[in-house]
Amino acid sequence: MPSYQSFLSAVKAEVKETDVQAVKPLLDDPGRTVLVDIRERDEWTQGYIPGALWISRGFLESKIEDAVPDRDTPVVLYCAGGNRSAFAAKALQQMGYTDVASMAGGFTAWKRSGLPWKMPTVLTPEQSQRYSRHTLLPEIGEAGQIKLMESSALCIGAGGLGSPSSLYLAAAGVGTIGMIDDDVVDASNLQRQILHNLDRVGMAKVDSAEKTLRGLNPDLQVKKFQDRLTSDNVMEVLAPFDVIVDGADNFQTRYLVNDAALKLGKPVVHASIFRFEGQITVFPAEGGPCYRCLYPEPPPPEEAPSCSEAGVLGVLPGIMGVLQATETVKLMLGLGQTLAGRLLVYDALKTKFRELKLRRDPKCPTCGEGVDRSKIELIDYVQFCAGG
Amino acid sequence: MANVRIPTPLRKLTEGKEEVTCAGATVRAVLDDLDRQHPGIKARICDDSGAVRKFINLFANDEDIRFLQNLDTPVADRDELSIVPAIAGGR
Repeated sequence: MPSYQSFLSAVKAEVKETDVQAVKPLLDDPGRTVLVDIRERDEWTQGYIPGALWISRGFLESKIEDAVPDRDTPVVLYCAGGNRSAFAAKALQQMGYTDVASMAGGFTAWKRSGLPWKMPTVLTPEQSQRYSRHTLLPEIGEAGQIKLMESSALCIGAGGLGSPSSLYLAAAGVGTIGMIDDDVVDASNLQRQILHNLDRVGMAKVDSAEKTLRGLNPDLQVKKFQDRLTSDNVMEVLAPFDVIVDGADNFQTRYLVNDAALKLGKPVVHASIFRFEGQITVFPAEGGPCYRCLYPEPPPPEEAPSCSEAGVLGVLPGIMGVLQATETVKLMLGLGQTLAGRLLVYDALKTKFRELKLRRDPKCPTCGEGVDRSKIELIDYVQFCAGG
Repeated sequence: MANVRIPTPLRKLTEGKEEVTCAGATVRAVLDDLDRQHPGIKARICDDSGAVRKFINLFANDEDIRFLQNLDTPVADRDELSIVPAIAGGR
């Protein structure tokens, strides 16, 4: 019966070993190579090699196929000292992986050589519990949850659409939510704007939003802008956010958001509501179509009554805003297929969803062929409609 | 006969009906028949030159007619023509 030492030596003789200096170039250019940290969770949380994937030794065989589906992909494994990774390399070889190496000396040698490493973002026990229904989904997992926590969204308007979208994004664990709205809470808002309540009538909507959202999720950072978007501030306001959630209540803001987002290369999750009808789509960061492909020009003011003049079913923005939050989370996680190129029209009276195809207009002034997006000029349109 | 879907803002002109059945072999002919049944509605959809207004889209089934043959896009029996205007509400 072999001793541990002789077993280890026999395994090491059968696997390829590499060293930290040979692994170092992967930091800048990993190419196809996948670096896998196979240590236990409490080791990994104390620091790991940037770019490495963490799959603890115990789950390696069951998880490697999802992480590295192609058996010919070069894989480098490391543990703390280079022994566990040798056994792991042997196991992967037996599973048919053709190019597996174990990093001799492991993470200890890596650190000792003064090579860069970093601390991973990990969920606290409270967060693990809070987001367990997310992390249970293999499509999200802990990595996806951390991605959400490192993501940011800007909700334009803290009203009918901004209420449900920001609430669900905060609940989902999105790290930073920006809210821009220059208005104060009015009793007539409460029929649909579920961020606010009766005690807050007269309070700035962004302050009320912050209170509600942080009450729901104290980890959340809220960036408040008690302002209207103009050509002067739009670039600065939009720039720090990953996804723009457009719930504006007027055409001039919507065109401004479209143009600035194209300049900045940000995706816009667009929704609008009118009486019993809602529309939603995603304008992607790259390619198109954009808002101007859909509607080249805004309607004249007399044809664009606002909710305050035309009325709106209170639940309608709830549905549309929650759809916006869904699309936003998908964009942040790179999950599924978004509504880019599709306009979803919801008729609440008939309970009918219709899906219409949106195409990028090659002659679109902002996303058409040959348009240099950095040169898009931002315009403050005249007041098209009275607003909110 | 095509089914024309009337958006909320234009239902004042169709006595509240959200769907109107119209005859016509092209989008243009369907709109003319719609206007015969509900006078004044075409002027809300098309401008004085007869072109579709730029804040309104017409979809033949799920395709935007601007990317087909515009008002000359053929319409078959039981096709659906959707009128989709820009709306901006968010609050």
